[in-house]
Amino acid sequence: MLMPSVVVFALFVFWPLGRTLYLSLHGNDIFGAPSAYVGGEHYREMLSGEFGKVLATTALFTLFSVVPAVLGALFVVLLLEAHIRGVRALRTAFALPFAFSVATASVIFAVIYNPAIGVANGLLGSLGIDRVNWLTDPSIALPAVCAATVWMNFGYNILVLSAGVSAISPEVVEAARLDGATGWRLASRITVPLLSPQLFFLVVVSTIHALQSFGQIHILTKGGPDQATTTLVYSIYEKAFAFGSSDFGAASAQAVVLLVIMLSCTAVQFGILERRVHYR
Amino acid sequence: MKKFSLGRATVYVVLGLAAIPVLFPVYYGFVGAVMGPGDLATYPPALVPHELHWQNISDVFRSVPLGRFYVNSAVQAGAITVAQLVTSIFAAYAFAFLRLPAKAATFSLFLATLMVPWEAIIIPNYLAISGWGLTRGGLTYLGLVLPFLASAFGTFLLRQAFLQFPTELRDAAVIDGCGHWRLLWRVIVPLSKPSIAAVGVYVFLSAWNQYFWPLILIRDTEFQTLQIGISQLNDAEAAQPGLILAGVALSLLPTLAVVILGQRYIVRGLTAGALR
Repeated sequence: MLMPSVVVFALFVFWPLGRTLYLSLHGNDIFGAPSAYVGGEHYREMLSGEFGKVLATTALFTLFSVVPAVLGALFVVLLLEAHIRGVRALRTAFALPFAFSVATASVIFAVIYNPAIGVANGLLGSLGIDRVNWLTDPSIALPAVCAATVWMNFGYNILVLSAGVSAISPEVVEAARLDGATGWRLASRITVPLLSPQLFFLVVVSTIHALQSFGQIHILTKGGPDQATTTLVYSIYEKAFAFGSSDFGAASAQAVVLLVIMLSCTAVQFGILERRVHYR
Repeated sequence: MKKFSLGRATVYVVLGLAAIPVLFPVYYGFVGAVMGPGDLATYPPALVPHELHWQNISDVFRSVPLGRFYVNSAVQAGAITVAQLVTSIFAAYAFAFLRLPAKAATFSLFLATLMVPWEAIIIPNYLAISGWGLTRGGLTYLGLVLPFLASAFGTFLLRQAFLQFPTELRDAAVIDGCGHWRLLWRVIVPLSKPSIAAVGVYVFLSAWNQYFWPLILIRDTEFQTLQIGISQLNDAEAAQPGLILAGVALSLLPTLAVVILGQRYIVRGLTAGALR
């Protein structure tokens, strides 16, 4: 009964994993077929080339798409705890971005960011501020793509944190209230510590997710302008597939780097964060 | 008392301000879909339509074969969902109830697949699938679903659910002459519907929303999925935002339906890893 899954994983996960390593150590002809063994050549190229910028962009993209989305959702979920009316409707409203795929959300943001007729510039214009080239200005494009990504992740974060809040036992909160804890004190001393498993989970999952982001970059900026939004995954795509490029060797070496980064991120996060997390 | 309600009013105001950036793209995605060029293609663009321009909806079908994209996505996501449910149910049953050699080691291998990002192994997979000729015509469907026929996440979540059943249940069933097959389909699966639904909703949404794999794999427009179709519509009709947003709104309807109808299963599935 394990056979079907084992066969699928062997063929489409473990064999390709070995194959990626193999390809990363070989050259290839212009059609992508592997040629001679080149050893660490592709890896050496990374040290000298523009690869450092790609890694820096990936780090910035991850940082500025994960942190604001997690903190923003935490802030909203804590406010929703203030016993106000219409909490359920508000929670659903804040969770709505979850229903949008990366592609549909990105296309909406492409329309909003349109330099000539987009709403983003329309708003700035009515405030008397000059137009901004959201996706073609090298210093603005990455923050703009990050902002769109924060929006895409927001709904999911709300859902996870809301589920966490509703799992907190009311007795604990009530006891804290009787002891005089309200508002900020209640949130910082009781709710946030009790939410730490969900926050930890969100940070891990969002970081992994951010490192794998592709659709929004392909739709909004195609890695540009001037490579300003070329993250690691987009760089793999560019080398291997974009514009008829079939540089599978170099792309595979980058894929190995991606694998190593993802594995070590997970390990580091578990190592550092696990100790600070409060489990019931 | 006065101070208390002042605090409550502040909460409302802050939440209202926070809701604006969250809800605006949702609003614009749908309202923009029925805004005419007079509202959208001018500067500054209107935020509220002056008249409802339903023509966008029919125009978008003329610009791209949106109906065909729908069918393709339904086939792709439907096939992946059904296949992953079946393989996950089988594997979860084996891990939960059968005595197998090297069971723990095999289970760790399953979990290890969760750590391997798809993007890191996409090149050899692409070379294999295109080498087998699965990028043209109807075979495209096969290329779209083959790598995604099994799921460690589904196996893991269903195994957790199956482990809730007492082992006596299995022993009793075996003594009664009820084989593994009947035990699985007559007892375990019907009693695990909520968990199966949670996996199903999750798998369907992630399959329906796939972007990277269909983008590099599909060669024939006829077999394009909805997500890629929408992105191509965005590139092709940049001057007609109304048309683009109409396509976006139409493509969102199935996911919105799944998210609303399957809401409690979604929360269940996505917190499976968060709650201990």
